[in-house]
Amino acid sequence: MKEVVRVAAGQGFWGDDLDAPRRQVEGGQIDYLMLDYLAEVTMSILQKQKERDPSLGYARDFVGAMESILPAVLERGVKVVANAGGVNPRGCAEAVRSVSAKRSGKDKLKIGVVTGDDLLGRLDELIGQGHALANMETGEPLSTVRDRVLSANAYLGSEPIVEALRGGANVVITGRSTDTALTMAPLRYEFGWGAESWDQLAAGIVAGHIIECGAQCSGGNCLYDWRSIPDLANVGYPLVEAKADGTFVVTKHPGTGGRVSVPTVSEQLVYEMGDPHSYITPDVIADFTTIHLDDDGTDRVSVSGIKGKPPTDKLKVSIAYRAGFKAVGTLVYAWPDALDKATLAETILRERLDRLGLKFDRILAEFVGANATHGRLAGDGRDAPEVQLRFGVRGSDRAAVERFTREIAPLVLNGPPTVTGFAGGRPKVEEIVAYWPALVDKSVVKTKVDILA
Amino acid sequence: MKVRLLDIAHARSGDKGDTANVGVIALEPRWYAVLDQFVTQKAVAEHFRGMIEGAVDRFELPNLGALNFLLHGALDGGGTLSLKTDAQGKVYSTALLRMVIDVPDIIAKRLGLPKAP
Repeated sequence: MKEVVRVAAGQGFWGDDLDAPRRQVEGGQIDYLMLDYLAEVTMSILQKQKERDPSLGYARDFVGAMESILPAVLERGVKVVANAGGVNPRGCAEAVRSVSAKRSGKDKLKIGVVTGDDLLGRLDELIGQGHALANMETGEPLSTVRDRVLSANAYLGSEPIVEALRGGANVVITGRSTDTALTMAPLRYEFGWGAESWDQLAAGIVAGHIIECGAQCSGGNCLYDWRSIPDLANVGYPLVEAKADGTFVVTKHPGTGGRVSVPTVSEQLVYEMGDPHSYITPDVIADFTTIHLDDDGTDRVSVSGIKGKPPTDKLKVSIAYRAGFKAVGTLVYAWPDALDKATLAETILRERLDRLGLKFDRILAEFVGANATHGRLAGDGRDAPEVQLRFGVRGSDRAAVERFTREIAPLVLNGPPTVTGFAGGRPKVEEIVAYWPALVDKSVVKTKVDILA
Repeated sequence: MKVRLLDIAHARSGDKGDTANVGVIALEPRWYAVLDQFVTQKAVAEHFRGMIEGAVDRFELPNLGALNFLLHGALDGGGTLSLKTDAQGKVYSTALLRMVIDVPDIIAKRLGLPKAP
């Protein structure tokens, strides 16, 4: 058994720094590279892509990333764990295979493919069996939006990834795995943690939570002493150096920018946190109030003391459904009295939409530069040098939203003065794909692992 | 003495559906006790009154010198439904740090708390 296992994060979401995976494998010694591509509604975007072309439906950035790191995988034994498979993990694996086909050592590539998370084809069967798949926030049963569902995927835990690694895979591609499992699974595999090693499993989950958003724990988006954080242009993405007892150090490669310190790690720990006593995952419930952080030298934070307890018998399911249309238009008003002018424009716009008889579920006007982000806490905004009116509508009637988009530009000539910033043209109508979180019994989800050699 | 949270804490916020979370972390470990005592669930609900539709929950993480607040109904539906600039609650962090608390002089002096500007 290795004494220390190094897992590095190379991607915090689909759209993250394209070059980070390569920097992570070339900047120093690592054992695993984990890449997180899936945000809450990513699966539905991928589902739409797959409907247009059955060979797609995965995070295509991953194929480019794999191309850039293949030498490390084939020659230095770095293993890769990624949830890039989206709604087509096998198609993703085929694409990776085809970019490796020209390389020497390509026969060393063994891709583990994890499936079974996709419940779209089984929804009616599940509902028929009495699984309500009720919305975790509103309590409504899924049947209320069933005909508008685009994708439905259970969040899988570490077990199928561990199985793929045991089967000899050096690249593991999953669909909807939890972000944290991508880090915890390699540690569990390397250290042989059992299914009831609650404290170690919880430690692996905490390690995953810290690095799953990439550089957001190593100086990115860090409020603490932000001016002093060096060289964000060359920010180092994080890695963990973990031991079998569940303790680990968070650090980054030497010579990179950014910072790893108790404050940068603390900020990431509280990010998207619910009840800190119960961070629920498919494998274990981690208690974030037991985490102990220590300064372990420059750009090193040691993490210890983590406690875990048995998980529930449910898996979270990420469902995406069509939820109407929206559009947002903007105009910029200049000093003097910028906020008053923008406010008058809002009033005029609301009256015109009213006269046109357009009905929306929601209209929201914000004043960027005055109070869009902090509301009344920001003060009265009277001295603002400029204010952007940001006016949005949402509704189920596409034609009404479309008509709204034609009502912004006229205000330039027939509304309040000193207005600019309309060069972008008419706002775009966007179809809303909304997120429906639900729970399902673990027993109904059957995972499958294939190793493609 | 009036103390502004921005001067004694840092923070990060994010989302879960229509709920925003704000984690507030003491800049000095000894200042956590001030956060714990004065940044109550009730005070935070009052701070955001009219800006959020639901309730506020508070959780303590003394191990990190931090409090975690859940602001329900804070994101105009959240995620892709939201029409807000800050649909994912990314900047509720500094909105909470605008809060000013009233700390008895004797405690403020003992802990070396900076006075609100």
